[in-house]
Amino acid sequence: MSVLVYIENWNGKFKKSTYELVSYGKRIAAGLGGELSIISIGNVDETELKKLGAYGAGKVLSANTDMALDDKAYAALIAEVANKSNASVVVMANNSTGKALAPRVAVKLNAGLVSGVNGLPLSYQPFVVSKKAFSGKSLLQAEITSGKKVITLSQNTAGVEEFPGDVTVEPVDVSAVSGSVKVLSSDVQTGTILLTEAEIVVSGGRGMRGPENWKPLEELAEVLGAATACSRPVSDEGWRPHHEHVGQTGKVIAPNLYFALGISGAIQHLAGVSSSKVIVAVNKDAEAPIFTAADYGIVGDLQEILPKMTEAFRKFKANA
Amino acid sequence: MNILVCISNVPDTTTRIKYSADMKEVDYSGVQWIINPWDELALTRAIELKEANPALVQKITVITAGRADVEATLRKALACGADDAIRVDAASGDSLYTASQLANAVKGDAYDVILCGIESSDYNNSAVGGMMAELLDYNSVSAVSSLNLDGNTIKVTREIDGGKQNIEVAGPVVLIVQKGIAINPRIPSMRGIMTARTKPLKVVPATDVIPASRVVSYEAPPAKSACKMIAPDHIEELVNLLHNEARVI
Repeated sequence: MSVLVYIENWNGKFKKSTYELVSYGKRIAAGLGGELSIISIGNVDETELKKLGAYGAGKVLSANTDMALDDKAYAALIAEVANKSNASVVVMANNSTGKALAPRVAVKLNAGLVSGVNGLPLSYQPFVVSKKAFSGKSLLQAEITSGKKVITLSQNTAGVEEFPGDVTVEPVDVSAVSGSVKVLSSDVQTGTILLTEAEIVVSGGRGMRGPENWKPLEELAEVLGAATACSRPVSDEGWRPHHEHVGQTGKVIAPNLYFALGISGAIQHLAGVSSSKVIVAVNKDAEAPIFTAADYGIVGDLQEILPKMTEAFRKFKANA
Repeated sequence: MNILVCISNVPDTTTRIKYSADMKEVDYSGVQWIINPWDELALTRAIELKEANPALVQKITVITAGRADVEATLRKALACGADDAIRVDAASGDSLYTASQLANAVKGDAYDVILCGIESSDYNNSAVGGMMAELLDYNSVSAVSSLNLDGNTIKVTREIDGGKQNIEVAGPVVLIVQKGIAINPRIPSMRGIMTARTKPLKVVPATDVIPASRVVSYEAPPAKSACKMIAPDHIEELVNLLHNEARVI
């Protein structure tokens, strides 16, 4: 009853979400009374791989390859490793990569798949997990009835736990692996905080009134060490890039603190942010639906309030 | 080139979700059904490509798995501009069950591109497209936000965590699409609605497949406690609450 966790890397480095995934796998392995193995695909050096030991990794299988993400080839490799390590549960992140690979791995293993699982399984025998459905309007409990199971974890729902211990790193033979996807060019954000990874997100809506008003919002984000985001109308209007759109059809995020500035809070928007631990809303309309989803609210004009907020947080940070 | 678009029939986004008394099922009475928003974008892009490359894209087929009541959604897709439709006469099941029904229905057919939305707005399981690709032994690319045809070459942009990649992939391929693939969903015209009535809609029987997961029960998300309002001239109170009460800064 062992567990295999697939992890990705960003230019050879792991992130907090990687450690969450590894320690999540460790706790599931403990629940099942089995071992945990990790499969890493890509160029990651031994020092970085060994960091996983602190989160309970035990054994890391490293498929060191330059090959870009290729759904078919990567899934075949993960399934092969899952079979070799006798994994009964395979765990991935519920992000772009996990969504690409988990369904293919599930078919290869003849396993049931539940995506976007919230936290640890509710029971192991039967294997029951909880997840959101209807874009956050409902929660459901699902039982995976097949012998093997694949799940993807909703980020920031399990938390990072430390399990200090020894870790061994073993290479995986990748000589037979080949992809058919040709990468022509790539455009990767550098230096900015990843929206899906950020603990604090500052997000603007149509109430910001125009792209020229974003500077104060960016200043607030900078003071808080936050990522910036926006609502759908804002990205549709081209005020902000599409990758900043959070909501049902954009990115689904779960930061510790979410600022909804000039966002009315349509149901489609809430679907993307309702997992935030704390929501602060600022809107000039006291009746805006965002206030039913928010923990703290301010009714007023953003152009006045935003600079005051930045100043207040700056003062707080300076004294912290 | 033939394009297959997989359609899921889902409750309208603004539907209030109701449950059976034992919380084991969703009560769908009175629900307005729509084409899953991501599938609608996939269909829109397929139609755009056919209109832009009439010599290249011969046919757009839409497929769904479900009972006869989902045919209204297929007819809507035909009215938008798809050429023909397939309904696999299957009950609802888990992702593996649905993907198997769709894959079995089209196995052996010559589709160069199969488009699936990245998730459905009901179960949000993000699984059917990737599973179909594996069942058919096709390549797949997920999180596709742009699709262009350069002759028979398929060029796509896929979103990755923190960026994007422009890639080229050979067909047959399953493209799992998200926001950006098309901007404004196609709305059926009156003429489209008229011609849709006579477009072919084939019903194929379900195949024997055992689901690998099931829903045990539903619950409503926990209610949020009331929003604490802060006066606009007391911003330091917000800082204080976030630090001492919510403990998030």
